[in-house]
Amino acid sequence: MAIPKVEQLRVNVAHEPNMFTGAIPKADWQDTFTEFKEGNFAYPAKPEMVDYHGFPNSRVWSPDEEDWKLPDNWETIILQGLKDRLGKFRSLKLYMDICVRCGACADKCHFFLGTGDPKNMPVLRAELLRSVYRNEFSVGRKILGKMMGNRPMTANVLKEWFMYSYQCTECRRCSVFCPYGIDTAEVTMMMRELLHLVGVGINWILEPAANSNRTGNHMGLQPHTFKENISYLVDDIKEITGVDVHPTFNRKGAEVLFITPSADVFAEPGIFTFMGYLLMFEHIGLDYTLSTYASEGGNFGLFTNNEMMKKLNAKMYAEAKRLGVKWLLGGECGHMWRVLHQYMDTMNGPADFLEVPKSPVTGTVFKNAASTKMIHISEFTADLIKHKKLKLDPSRNAHRVPTFHDSCNPARAMGLLDEPRYILDAVVPTWHEMNENTIREKTFCCGSGTGLNTGEIMELRMRSGLPRANAVQEVNEKYGVNCLANVCAIDRATLQPLMEYWLPNTSDDPMRTTDVDVIGLSELVGNALVMDGEIENREQGLRFEELITADTEG
Amino acid sequence: MKVLRPIIAVSLLILVGGVLGLSQGTQMLVGVILPSIAFLVFIVGFIRKVLDWSKSPVPFKIPTTCGQAKSLDFIKADRFDCPDSKSDVIVRMFLEVFLFRSLFRNTKAEMHDGPKITYGANLWLWLFGILFHYSFLTVVIRHMRLFTEPVLPGLGFLEFMDGFVQIGAPVLYQSDLIFLGCVVALFVRRLISPQVKYISLGSDYFPLLLIFAIGATGMLMRHYFRVDVVAIKQLTMGMVTLNWTNPGNIHPVFFIHVVLVSTLMMYFPFSKLMHMGGIFFSPTRNMANNSRAVRYINPWNDPNIKPHSYAGYEDEFREFMVDADIPVDKPLPPKAAEPEEAKED
Repeated sequence: MAIPKVEQLRVNVAHEPNMFTGAIPKADWQDTFTEFKEGNFAYPAKPEMVDYHGFPNSRVWSPDEEDWKLPDNWETIILQGLKDRLGKFRSLKLYMDICVRCGACADKCHFFLGTGDPKNMPVLRAELLRSVYRNEFSVGRKILGKMMGNRPMTANVLKEWFMYSYQCTECRRCSVFCPYGIDTAEVTMMMRELLHLVGVGINWILEPAANSNRTGNHMGLQPHTFKENISYLVDDIKEITGVDVHPTFNRKGAEVLFITPSADVFAEPGIFTFMGYLLMFEHIGLDYTLSTYASEGGNFGLFTNNEMMKKLNAKMYAEAKRLGVKWLLGGECGHMWRVLHQYMDTMNGPADFLEVPKSPVTGTVFKNAASTKMIHISEFTADLIKHKKLKLDPSRNAHRVPTFHDSCNPARAMGLLDEPRYILDAVVPTWHEMNENTIREKTFCCGSGTGLNTGEIMELRMRSGLPRANAVQEVNEKYGVNCLANVCAIDRATLQPLMEYWLPNTSDDPMRTTDVDVIGLSELVGNALVMDGEIENREQGLRFEELITADTEG
Repeated sequence: MKVLRPIIAVSLLILVGGVLGLSQGTQMLVGVILPSIAFLVFIVGFIRKVLDWSKSPVPFKIPTTCGQAKSLDFIKADRFDCPDSKSDVIVRMFLEVFLFRSLFRNTKAEMHDGPKITYGANLWLWLFGILFHYSFLTVVIRHMRLFTEPVLPGLGFLEFMDGFVQIGAPVLYQSDLIFLGCVVALFVRRLISPQVKYISLGSDYFPLLLIFAIGATGMLMRHYFRVDVVAIKQLTMGMVTLNWTNPGNIHPVFFIHVVLVSTLMMYFPFSKLMHMGGIFFSPTRNMANNSRAVRYINPWNDPNIKPHSYAGYEDEFREFMVDADIPVDKPLPPKAAEPEEAKED
């Protein structure tokens, strides 16, 4: 799908007539239906993927065709599915009932800010489901239906659900501002679950989910390939620093099982983050193992339905038990940490075969993970830094002027805000915060989370990532910020193209693709570490980039 | 025109109240029987709705964290925006319910050339919202004078404070003015803000219009028609003591007022107005962010959902694993039939 040139989109987003720029559609939202055309939808799941998961109604279909080949009794299936879920999730029931449509959420959504589409206002996105809910379940629907904006369940409504539940990254920013805490993620998760009941899903979620199930990771890397990729990183570390690092795989009896998103193992810039992990674990002599079976921290089940989330997540505890480790350490990832923090113990606990995580280096006991037995790498690292157990030379990162991007889930579903900042303070000479309305609990999504980082919707992704890119641009111009630090694998995969698009390279260096490099926090840690036995006057960073040394400075 | 139906509806209610309030014969119906029924509908409907919500479990602990969590000793936790315990949650809920904490965060985003998106403070909604709710509460409490004998202690003081500016006779209550002003502001906001207008339904205009009409008839009674308060209290006390009497000389505007209030009470449990009860149930606000420290139980958690087993995984990849020096649980069978083929990549 061709995407407009950035010069064009810069003008479009500010001037095209839409709800955000001030042009108000004439027709009511109940009466308008969006057209599906190449570029505004993610490709539907292949029949074999639908079958693999045992989901119903696998078939070849396309959203831009009139007939979606739904099962004959699809309305019944959907309405029964809705009824079941109203009985299982209080959040859904409550959020169907209590919204007053005050509009506080309207301009808080990155999809709305980037597209101006009224149905991307969280209130209307949820109203797509509420209008049907009220039509089926509310008292007085027969007499007051019209006044309450109710709608029967029609194919057009179903199509809207597909369109807009996949134009929501379940980032929960709207729920921060809502006076009742209504969380659109709770609503779109349910819409996605319902759509799967009639065989409507996207391939970019169901295929990685299938891969994760079978091979342990979403790219489908088989055990030997997984190990081989890491051995390349070990080689690079040797070449750059002169240090040997010693990761182990599926090793029984290790103290710690380390799990991170598999993207950190095979894709730039995540691999540099992984090199950071390897260096730090070597630095402190951590007794850890990786697993090829539980080789995916991410969880595409979160984007599918709660059963799949549970099934994929269950590997972590199963593997921890099999290997006999004491506790779990999790790498940098956003939605992975939503699952680990808010769902894992409930779904797959109790992990009574593990011990409360205790840092073997500092002796700190992580009481905040007393039950799950799993801690975040930033918690672990911050504690090491506090106890001065890391030998750090921040000047190794002198070529980096970072800003920090809070990922949606660690920020709004975990409260992990200051640990990364504490680390950043210690590993770089200087860094700068973005606009206060775009960080911490108010952070903006990368625009491509929840399984939306697929190529066919690139323009949409660039639009929904605009609020984030815009805030980065501001600190780039103001302070010369040249790197965007984060603790999320999806960020590393999606912010990179976002930066390349909105902040293309303006330097003389032809190797650079953007003015702002996307970088995992642990890469900055690894790069700042002074390792035993390292090359004297190391000249290269973990990306083989030239460091600012006494020589180059002179 | 989504606002048209609600206008018609409220006008009709006023008409009904006025007509039925004119005749002694029907005054008891609209003045006593209707509000009694309405009150019952309100109470029963409210409780039923709350019970209905309670019937659905909260399967996961999903607070929206709006500040730093409690983690390491040297990282300062934001206890009330990211509560870690029940007591923290109580404070967070207090701030939500009494100060509209979340709405206070409101900003207004604007798109400029560049593009450049800006975020300005936007406290109007919070201000009108909170003033409206508190003045409404004050008005409701003041009305308790009509339903208690002797009147509730402290009511006199509240009335004195509420009439502090001492304008007019009978004295003008500030809460009445603020109340009506805020209802007008919230209504006008729905009409002039294009985004809010677009999302507004008839069921958003209706309660605002209804509440405005209630406030307006109330003030008219007090300041223009100067209705006979003693007679009204006779009627209302008769109603609550189930000793129904019609003192006779009550102005019809009172009955309009009562019809509108009754409608509001009966409409309440079946509408968005239930946010009053719902706010206490919102799982993103009323749960502690301690799901890693304390295990939370989902009553319908399905123990039959198992991961793809390690044994199954190893069976599929054993050869590759052995080849790559990855430890396996079961050794390879001695010399399989076609070892070369499988090893190709």
